[in-house]
Amino acid sequence: MRLLRLSGFALLAVIVSAPAFAQFDLGGHWARRSNQDDMESGPGPDPVDYLGLPLNAEGRARGLSFQYSAVSLPEHQCGYLSPFYIVLGPFGLAIDRVLDPVTARLVAWRIGGWVDRDVTTIWMDGRAHPSVNAPHPSGGFTTGVWEGDTLTTYTTHLKAGMIRRNGAPLSDQATMTMHFTRHGDLLTARAMIEDPVNLSEPYVRSRVWQLDPTANFGNGLSAPCEPIDELPRAGAGDIYPHYLPGRNLFTNELTRYYNLPQDAVLGGAHTMYPEFRKTLTGYQPPEVCKRYCGCGGLGVACITDGSGVAQGGR
Amino acid sequence: MVTPAKGDYESIPITLEAKKIGDAWDPAKDEAAGEQCRAYGAPAIMAVPTRLRISWQDDRTLKVETDAGTQTRLLHFGDWKPQGGPAGWQGESVAEWERGRGGRGASGGSLKVVTKNVRPGYLRKNGVPYSASATLTEYWDVGAERNGDRWITITSLVDDPKYLRVAYVTALQFKHEADGAKWEPTPCSAR
Repeated sequence: MRLLRLSGFALLAVIVSAPAFAQFDLGGHWARRSNQDDMESGPGPDPVDYLGLPLNAEGRARGLSFQYSAVSLPEHQCGYLSPFYIVLGPFGLAIDRVLDPVTARLVAWRIGGWVDRDVTTIWMDGRAHPSVNAPHPSGGFTTGVWEGDTLTTYTTHLKAGMIRRNGAPLSDQATMTMHFTRHGDLLTARAMIEDPVNLSEPYVRSRVWQLDPTANFGNGLSAPCEPIDELPRAGAGDIYPHYLPGRNLFTNELTRYYNLPQDAVLGGAHTMYPEFRKTLTGYQPPEVCKRYCGCGGLGVACITDGSGVAQGGR
Repeated sequence: MVTPAKGDYESIPITLEAKKIGDAWDPAKDEAAGEQCRAYGAPAIMAVPTRLRISWQDDRTLKVETDAGTQTRLLHFGDWKPQGGPAGWQGESVAEWERGRGGRGASGGSLKVVTKNVRPGYLRKNGVPYSASATLTEYWDVGAERNGDRWITITSLVDDPKYLRVAYVTALQFKHEADGAKWEPTPCSAR
């Protein structure tokens, strides 16, 4: 099912160019409306689910070394996910204008942070990106320009982190381009990550939000994060949770749950393309859905999480 | 890219009536009835792993072909009126440029496409239904990347008063390819 969501390539015989006008107001509260990838956005992806990720050999090896307990280390507890998480995460967007206090001209758009993602400031005043030697903040450094009725942003100075919330890696050499387009009260963003360290090709995702002035997002930046010893040995300083090569316990997780071949599970650029379907000839899905079946809200018993147990009324 | 398990409705705001139909999904029955293309109708086809071939059929008709399922969508510009004939998998689509002039040679803005009169089919290949009352609204945006790649992003809303509680909203992207070397038409499949 997850593979079904990957987009194919297009042959475009007709292309139009964008006009040099029609900027739009990005400000406001935008509720997430995309009916895509709820599991990845909410509870999070399964471990070693690299489907559709154009990981190269290094990226895959690094991903396979990841162990969730690493996030519990005091030095990692207060880390944020990268700005790419804007198009992956479960929350809405609170976007503000940043105005010059003297001229009242717009200097930047500011996308509010989440409990696990820092603020992203999109500088619109033409400033240059910092030196390559400048510090990499959690929110990266982003500039924006209008291309017709699309706001195009470019982010550098990312921190090393994850491209998917299961340890699939993102390096601090990665850059991100986003395109924001508004259609009535809908806001669509397409984000492209290029990472010369971990990816063999750019990785692209899209997301839709809907303007919701009544939204009261309870997902803003949390209270100041205070690292604590969450695990008995996490604070000892002598252990970094990880898997040695070939020792990851979850490499067969998706195969077990969904009958998917491991070649698909481990990702790679070839798993993004429609022709990959040919390698899956004879695929037999599970007889019935047993996890994250997603009929919540209907008031009937349904498996809404990974427990495999139907729960009523959700 | 693979058919989800029966009963997998994740991310789709289905009604209870839709769930009953999905729970009864039987691809063998669809095959026996010659209904293998149920998951290739307009409300679903752009989410199928496919390539697109886009060309102008005439000055006011944009033709969008898919190699998956070998389907053809016709997007009508100008004062074209829906014919109201028998519903087809791809329905009847009226297109307009949101900003800019219409028809062939249009100079920019998003392409808005509204499709109605669809033959009932599946939003997802495992039998999640949409009805003849479904309306598909799409916004097509074309853009270029810093590396020279060109992409179409399609923001899509499916409204169906019978089988959806609220609109089903998605955004998908397609990358421009230099030629048709990978174009490979295949028939519809119910599985």
